[in-house]
Amino acid sequence: MSDAAVHEYHPDVKGSKIGMWLFLFTELLLFGGMFLLYSVYRAKNTGDFHYASLNLDLVTGAINTVILLTSSLTMVLAIGMLERRDRKRSLYFILITIALGLVFLVNKYFEWSHKIHHGIYPGSVELTGRTSGENLFYALYFLMTGLHGLHVIAGLVVLGFMAKMVATPSRQSVPVTALTPDARAGATTVLVEYAEHDALDQQKLIRLENAGLYWHLVDVIWIFLFPLFYLIS
Amino acid sequence: MNYLEHQGRYKGIAGWIFSTDHKRIGVLYMIGILTFFSVGVLIGVVMRLKMFWPGDHLYSAQAYNAFFTVHGVIQIFLFIIPGIPAIFGNFFLPLQIGAKDVAFPRLNLLSWWFYVAGAVIALLALFTGNGPPDTGWSFYVPYSLRTNTNVTLAVFAAFILGFSSILTGLNFITTIHRLRAPGMMWFRMPLFVWSLYATAWIQILATPILGITLLLVMAERILNLGLFDPSRGGDPLLYQHLFWIYSHPAVYIMILPAMGVVTEVIPAFCRKNIYGYKAIAFSSLAIAFIGYLVWGHHMFTSGMSETARMLFSLLTFLVAIPSGIKVFNWVATMYKGSIKLEPPMVFALTFIALFAIGGLTGLINGALATNVNIHETYWVVGHFHYTMFGGTGVGFFAALLYWWPKMTGRMYNKRAVYTGWALFFVGFNMLYLTMMIMGWLGMPRRYYNYLPQYHTYHVVATIGSWFLATGIFTILGALLIALKRGPKADANPWGAATLEWRTASPPPHDNFAEIPTVTHGPYHYEGGHPA
Repeated sequence: MSDAAVHEYHPDVKGSKIGMWLFLFTELLLFGGMFLLYSVYRAKNTGDFHYASLNLDLVTGAINTVILLTSSLTMVLAIGMLERRDRKRSLYFILITIALGLVFLVNKYFEWSHKIHHGIYPGSVELTGRTSGENLFYALYFLMTGLHGLHVIAGLVVLGFMAKMVATPSRQSVPVTALTPDARAGATTVLVEYAEHDALDQQKLIRLENAGLYWHLVDVIWIFLFPLFYLIS
Repeated sequence: MNYLEHQGRYKGIAGWIFSTDHKRIGVLYMIGILTFFSVGVLIGVVMRLKMFWPGDHLYSAQAYNAFFTVHGVIQIFLFIIPGIPAIFGNFFLPLQIGAKDVAFPRLNLLSWWFYVAGAVIALLALFTGNGPPDTGWSFYVPYSLRTNTNVTLAVFAAFILGFSSILTGLNFITTIHRLRAPGMMWFRMPLFVWSLYATAWIQILATPILGITLLLVMAERILNLGLFDPSRGGDPLLYQHLFWIYSHPAVYIMILPAMGVVTEVIPAFCRKNIYGYKAIAFSSLAIAFIGYLVWGHHMFTSGMSETARMLFSLLTFLVAIPSGIKVFNWVATMYKGSIKLEPPMVFALTFIALFAIGGLTGLINGALATNVNIHETYWVVGHFHYTMFGGTGVGFFAALLYWWPKMTGRMYNKRAVYTGWALFFVGFNMLYLTMMIMGWLGMPRRYYNYLPQYHTYHVVATIGSWFLATGIFTILGALLIALKRGPKADANPWGAATLEWRTASPPPHDNFAEIPTVTHGPYHYEGGHPA
C-alpha cells in the first residue's frame, strides 16, 4: 500500500488547471453582464459617453495600465523562479507584484476621491443636472472599476498567501494523519519523505501558477476597462 | 467500516460538518435541502388555504405577496437547483465513475458552507428589517428597487447560493474529466453522470450572470446607481434580459439531473440496456446548449422586436426536441423489458407522464400568439409546476427512493411509499391541472383575491394541495422511519448494473476496496442479471 500513499501526495496538475480555468470563465461571465450593460447604454448614448470620458484622467489611467502590465510580468518571473527552485527570487518577485498592485489601488483611490470631491458620484446633485447618458457612464465607471478594484484586492490577498507559502521551506511537516494506516506502517521513512518533498514542491508550483492565472485575469479585465472608459473620447 | 462509522479527524458533528468525504457532504446537503423543501411545501399549502374562499381573510395581501415570494425563493434556490446535483451528484458521481472522491474535496465542503451561509442569510431576510421580500422570486425592477421589504438581504442570499452552485459545477466537470476509473470511457459512463456533466456546464456558464444581476440589484438599492431607472436613462428591460439569461438555463440545471435519474432507474427496473445511449447523452448536451439561448421567451409581452421574438420562439421549439428524444428512448427501453414496478420505477414513470404534460404545455407558452393569452396567468404557474415539480421534484423522489438503501443501508416500507405516491399523484393533478384550466379561463397569477366564477376551481386546487402535501410527508416519514427500523439493505437490492451497486451498502469510506476496472457499458444485463 505504500505506493497508494505516495499516490495521494501527487497533486493532479491538469485537474487543478482545469478547475482554475473554469473558475476564470465564471469571472469573465460575471464581468460579461456589465459589459453587456455598457454596450447597450453606450450604443444608446454615444455622444454623452464620449463627452463624459473626456473628464477622466487619461494619465492616471495610462500609468495604472502600465503598472498592472508590469505586475503581470513580475508574476510570471515569480513562477519561473520557483520552477528553477529559486525560492528567494520567487519571493522577491511576488512581493514586487504585490507592491505594484498596491500602487494601482492607491492611484485608483486618488482618482476616485478626485471625482467624488467634484461631486461626481452616483446620485449626486452635480450629476442629476447632467444628461442621463453621463449619469449612466459614471454609474458604470464606478461599478466596473469598483468591482475590478475588489478583484485586485482579492488578488493581493491571494498573493499574500503565496508569498507566505513560497517563503516557507518545503520539508516542514509530514501530515501523518493523511497517510493510510497501512502506509504509515509499511512505507519506509525515506520513501515517504522523498515523495512528500517532491510533491509539496509540485503542489506549491501549481498553486502559484493558479494564483498567477488569477492575477493575469485581473490584468486582462483592466485592459478592456481602460479603453472603454478612458480612450473613447 | 462504512462511511457513516468511519472515524476521521473530528468526532461527532464536527466529523460531519468538516468532513471532505463526498458521501457525507451529500448527506449534509440532503438534510438541509429536505428541510427547506418541507418548509416550502408548507408555505405553498398556506397560500392555497387562503384561496379556498374568495375575499379578504386569513392574512393580508402583503403577507400573501411575501408567501409567494418566499415559497419561490426557497423552492428554487434552496431546493430544486441544488437538489439532485448537490445530494445525489455528490454522493454518486464518484461512485458511478469508480473514483474515491471528487476532484476538489475541500472545495466541495466549501460549497456546502456557502449553501449553509446562503440559507442562513435567506432566513435572516425573512425575520429582520421591514419584513420578507414581496417581489416574487424574480426580483423584477423597478419594484424590487422601490419596495421597503428586505430585498437586499434576500438577493444577497441568492448571490451566495450561486457561489455554491458554481463551485459544485466546477468540481464535477473536473472530476468527470480526471477521475474516471480505468476503462471508464466517456461512452461507458452512466447517463446520470452525463446529465451532471451537462448541468455542470450550465452552472458554470449561466450562474455568474445571475451573480452580477443580483449584485446590480444590491448596488442599485445601496448605491443608487440608476442603471435600471428610466428617469435616469436606465432600462428595466435589461434587468429582465440579464435575469433570464441565467434563470432560463437554470430550469435546465433543475431538469437535466432529474432526467439523468430517470435514465438510471428505467434500465435497472426493466433489466435491460438503455435504448439509444448516445442519443440520450448528446441530448443532454443539446439541451444545455440550446437552453442557453431561449431566455427571451419569458419576455414576449415585455417589449422586444418582432424578429427577436420569432427567433426566441423558434429556439424554444427546438429545445423541445432533445427532451422528446429522451422520452422516446425511455419508452423504447421499456419495450419488452422485464418491468418491475418498485417505488423508484413508479416515480420514474410518473416523471414521464407529468413531464410530458409540462413539456407539451410549454409549447403553447412558446408560441407567440398563444403566449399573449396565457401570460401572467395560472396557466403558467400550472405549466411550471408540471415541469419543475412533476418533472424535477418527481425525479428527485425517484432518486431518493432508488439510492436510499445505498446511502443509509436500510430499506424503507414500500407499502407506505406506494400510498404516499397515490396521494401525491392525485393531489398533484388536482392542484396543477386545475390551475392550468383556471389560467386558460383568465385567472391571473399572484392575485390575492379572485372573481366568484373561479371559486370551484380554487376549492379543487386547494383540496389537491392537501393530498399532495400528505403524500409527500408520508413518503418522507417512511424514509425517516426506515433509518431506525428498516431492514438492512444488501449491496444491490434492485439488481442494478452501475458501479455504485458493486460496493457495500452503505459504501465504505474509500468507496471501493480496490478501484474497479470497467470493461463494458453501464447497463449491461445478461439473463436479467447485471453482468
